[in-house]
Amino acid sequence: MDDAAIRFEHVTKRFGSQVVLNDVSLAFPAGKTTVIAGGSGQGKSVTLKLILGLLQPEAGKIFVEGQNIVGLGRRQLNEVRRKFGVLFQGAALLDSLTVYENVALPLEERTSLSREEIRRRVTESLVQFDLAEHGDKYPAQLSGGMRKRVGLARALQLEPSIMLFDEPTTGLDPLKAMDIYDLFYHTQKLYGFTSIIVSHDIPKIFNLADQVVILAAGRFIVFEDPSEIWTSDRPEIRDLVNRVMGTVYNSKLVEATP
Amino acid sequence: MRGLIERMGGLGLYYLHDLGRMGIFLFQCVQGIFRRPFRFRALVRQIGLIGVDSLPVIFFTGAFTGMVLGLQGYYSLRKFGSEGMLGSAVALSLFRELAPVLTALMVTGRAGSAMCAELGIMRNSEQLDALECMAIDPFRYLVAPKFLATLISLPILTLFFDLIGIYGGYLTGVSLLGVNAGAYFAGMEASVVNKDITLGLVKALVFGLLIVWICTGRGYFVHVIRNAGFGAEGVSKVTTQAVVVTSIAILVWDYIITALML
Ligand SMILES: Nc1ncnc2c1ncn2[C@@H]1O[C@H](COP(=O)(O)OP(=O)(O)OP(=O)(O)O)[C@@H](O)[C@H]1O
Ligand SMILES: [Mg+2]
Repeated sequence: MDDAAIRFEHVTKRFGSQVVLNDVSLAFPAGKTTVIAGGSGQGKSVTLKLILGLLQPEAGKIFVEGQNIVGLGRRQLNEVRRKFGVLFQGAALLDSLTVYENVALPLEERTSLSREEIRRRVTESLVQFDLAEHGDKYPAQLSGGMRKRVGLARALQLEPSIMLFDEPTTGLDPLKAMDIYDLFYHTQKLYGFTSIIVSHDIPKIFNLADQVVILAAGRFIVFEDPSEIWTSDRPEIRDLVNRVMGTVYNSKLVEATP
Repeated sequence: MRGLIERMGGLGLYYLHDLGRMGIFLFQCVQGIFRRPFRFRALVRQIGLIGVDSLPVIFFTGAFTGMVLGLQGYYSLRKFGSEGMLGSAVALSLFRELAPVLTALMVTGRAGSAMCAELGIMRNSEQLDALECMAIDPFRYLVAPKFLATLISLPILTLFFDLIGIYGGYLTGVSLLGVNAGAYFAGMEASVVNKDITLGLVKALVFGLLIVWICTGRGYFVHVIRNAGFGAEGVSKVTTQAVVVTSIAILVWDYIITALML
């Protein structure tokens, strides 16, 4: 249909009287990285859940690779979901399965590959994500960063064409966060998927972005060039920039004060 | 006044909605049982958790219930000089009433609460969302093995309770109080008919369904249950609620089934 992997057309999402998305339209270009930023509770996670069909909008259409997913039945939705890989905020690994079993799960449930082929692929990706010696551990025995790596390995098993990341680095120290971003950068180069990243890591995350979307007061504000954000004169953007830059300046001030 | 009526109406609508949600949930569970591929290993594991692991609890409950029935039965029957009826009194109370009800209540406390908490935690940590996003049906993958395992385990546990209870009654009635051993078993054989055993097993099946339906359903819907709160608190409140509601439902249905099948 067009070069957008995902397209929102006049989408409105409400919870009771609270309007989370107010008649928004937006295209997420295929093969590119879109970063969604915005204050807490502005509807970033809701946006991802709408894309996944976990929530239904009150109005509007959401196209995934040309197909409107609003109002689809379970069976059709499952077909569409094959295209997605999702890394949830807490990784959402199944507690009752080991690391190995978690990564193998999509292959066992959604493909007819032989046991040996599954073993080969899973072992390979455990090595790729530096998890080779942790295959027998349970999620509760892992650190936050390891869990995210397992989540990423699991999400990539079915070779999705679209990857969604909800705050992939929250709760990690800055160095580990950089590791995760490195991993993104390389896996995206490798697989060439469309990615949508929800993140608070402003301004670091902008280095990865082809397009930045700021969510404020139920609206998407789109920047095709992330550097425009710093010079924008829209009040809600200035506010965000001031807050982000404020923390940078303040920390410098603290350092400079004797 | 208007506020009150509005609030009552809202509450009524909420419960109606909740009931509808649970109805659809049950329907989806049944569908999940028939979806392929069937997870046989998960079923075996759940039978272990729900059935086998409940054996010790059922053993003690059954033994002491039978023992107390022996004592109480002896005391009442002796007033009419018919201690010889002790065997049939113990067996009929167990088969028809006490074994299914007490087994179900014990399984609710042990396994039902665990199922509810497990699903609630999976909901809160987005594990259920993750399954759906991987296009893995949570009903087939998670709920169906629990459903079948409970429906298989409850009748077997109930029969086990019957057996242990009868020997508990024997222990107090015959060994302790000196009722004739032959009379204890002969009376039982003469009075217990197939219908009594069937009644007990029908109850066990219905109670099993109530346990697994209510407990998994409450956990699955932890995020939309009124006043439950969020996170760990939500899970603990919903688990308590599931145990209470299941126990009451068991007692209500016990009455209904008895009345229908008398
Ligand atoms: N299932 C739901 N029912 C009712 N309200 C909801 C639901 N999910 C989200 N909301 C509301 O929608 C708004 C947006 O939530 P969302 O989780 O998308 O925020 P967010 O932008 O991801 O915030 P954060 O950065 O803190 O994760 C919030 O005000 C939240 O209370
Ligand atoms: Mg969020």
